Amino acid sequence: MPDFALKGRSIRLQSLRKSWEDAVALHDINLTIPAGSFTALLGPSGCGKSTLLRLISGLETPTEGDVFVDGDKVTSQPPSARDLAMVFQSYALFPHLSVAENIIFGLRTRRTPKAERLEKLDQVAGLLELSHLLTRKPGELSGGQQQRVALGRAIIAQRSICLMDEPLSNLDAKLRQDMRTELRELQAKLGFTMVYVTHDQAEAMTMADQVVLMNQGHIEQVAAPRDLYARPATPFAGQFIGTPPMNVFDPMDVQEFPVFAPYCTGSHLLGLRPEDIHISETGPISGHIETVEFFGADLLVTCRIGKAALRIRCAGQAQYIPNTSVSLGFDLKDLSVFGTTPTAETPPQHPKAGNAPCVFNLAKA
Amino acid sequence: MRRDWIYACLLLSPAMVILVGFTHIPAIETIINSFFSTGRGRRVPEFIGTDNYATLLADPVFIKALKNNLIYAAVTIPASIILALMMAVFVNEKLRGRALLRMAFFTPTVLPLIAVANIWMFFYTPGFGLIDQIRGLFDLPAQNWVGQTDTVLYTMIAVATWKEAGFFMIFYLAALQTIPMPLREAAALEGASRWYFFRRVTLPLIMPTTLFVSVNAVINSVRLIDHIFVMTEGGPNNASKLLLFYVYEVAFQYWDTAYAATLTVVILGILCALAIAQFFFLDRRVHYK
Repeated sequence: MPDFALKGRSIRLQSLRKSWEDAVALHDINLTIPAGSFTALLGPSGCGKSTLLRLISGLETPTEGDVFVDGDKVTSQPPSARDLAMVFQSYALFPHLSVAENIIFGLRTRRTPKAERLEKLDQVAGLLELSHLLTRKPGELSGGQQQRVALGRAIIAQRSICLMDEPLSNLDAKLRQDMRTELRELQAKLGFTMVYVTHDQAEAMTMADQVVLMNQGHIEQVAAPRDLYARPATPFAGQFIGTPPMNVFDPMDVQEFPVFAPYCTGSHLLGLRPEDIHISETGPISGHIETVEFFGADLLVTCRIGKAALRIRCAGQAQYIPNTSVSLGFDLKDLSVFGTTPTAETPPQHPKAGNAPCVFNLAKA
Repeated sequence: MRRDWIYACLLLSPAMVILVGFTHIPAIETIINSFFSTGRGRRVPEFIGTDNYATLLADPVFIKALKNNLIYAAVTIPASIILALMMAVFVNEKLRGRALLRMAFFTPTVLPLIAVANIWMFFYTPGFGLIDQIRGLFDLPAQNWVGQTDTVLYTMIAVATWKEAGFFMIFYLAALQTIPMPLREAAALEGASRWYFFRRVTLPLIMPTTLFVSVNAVINSVRLIDHIFVMTEGGPNNASKLLLFYVYEVAFQYWDTAYAATLTVVILGILCALAIAQFFFLDRRVHYK
């Protein structure tokens, strides 16, 4: 649908703050969303991601700070003047209007000529495979179809920014997976800037170019999905992303192992992904198996090492017996080091980390 | 199977006895009575066919009451519904003292109609009443609103509207609060003005309430006549006589019970026809969730 393609616009948020009386929802948010990108706002419920989306949309006004679209300050502009469309979690379809009327609602308010309206409706309905449902009411559609109608209403106006607030959370798991691919393809095809709010890390990781991880009204990290997974900036980022979450532990709890000695400063935390730890007879760390959980393809082994408990992901076929001793190893490049105080922001380098390949690279051989 | 039937009948009978005894039998008896003459003293009622109905059609007071009632309904129903909707939209907004305003709008509903009539008597009193006092400020002459044949019906209409609007407002307020916030926001994003949203979304979505309220308003336009007793007794010169008040007069002042039964049957017939027509006409345009 080439005549529907359009140029996305960039969004910049500058020192954005939102509070209601003494409840602060967002503290000092600075963020750039590149034009035409797919950006996911990810975080646990109550982290302020939806509020941030509503500030971008103009449905809420910030307590402090500004919103820029393509360099133009839009902070005081109403939602309709910001050149954006939005898909709500509940879809917000008008229950008394037919699918066709729902999709062209915005065109009607702006008094678009009838011929143009019908032409666009035809294109959008074709694009979203809604052509045979146009005369139905939303109540007669399935969840997935309603979702498409909401999507249709968002894209028919050809706005350069599309905001989505957990659009897939009301769909069943199978449909959600299909819609994920479809949404991503649609966004790539039409070229608008997508800001997508979700609490589901799988959605954010599979769809987004850029993930904005939020926690308690702060931005924890902004990164591409791969970087976010490989290089979490904070313990929260490490533990929120990935199932099972990253093992985050205090090096003081495992100080008897020389490999952790350089980090025993009292102001660092260490992180290791479960799949980055390997059970190996020659491993430099000795541990004690506490529990073994079988997940089919994977086996999740919880080991006690010093005073810390680490989860290790092994191949599903492996056999491990609880209450036995094991040796563990890991690749030093997979170790994440987090500073717990502002002064310790630069993690200390492990004396052996510079030597490639790493001495502890055991199991991958 | 048989035992189930007995069981069901036993369970239904208490409600049935009350409903049949106090509603159905009197209603049927009223219809039967309307075909008989009124018994007086030793004269027993006789079957006179449709004579009562013929009298009714030739009765100038009935025709006058019917006309009055039509005007009364034609003004009271839309006025109270529109006023109720306006008040509901107003107190649905976020504003200071909203609870107090809602209560103020609802107060007339809580008051008995007799008390309402007394309040309005004070408003209408020639010379001293609130309306005339305000008119006095502009050097306008005193007016006897309730005492003139060309204004009295409208004074009754004002009282009824004032009384009913608050009641209907509660229904509209409840309906307005079921409209989800995201619908408003979705419309705001599309640049829809408040009026456009109200016309294209709010009004259609509260149609079930409008239907309910309008059926009630129609019934009330015949039923609510307490203020006529207190304020005018149908006068002057039958100018504020409504159908139900006329039934009361015929039945309990002239003691012509058969003729009163005939009037009652006619009122019931009109009401039934109206209610059915409303449901059929409006139902097609109502969106139910």
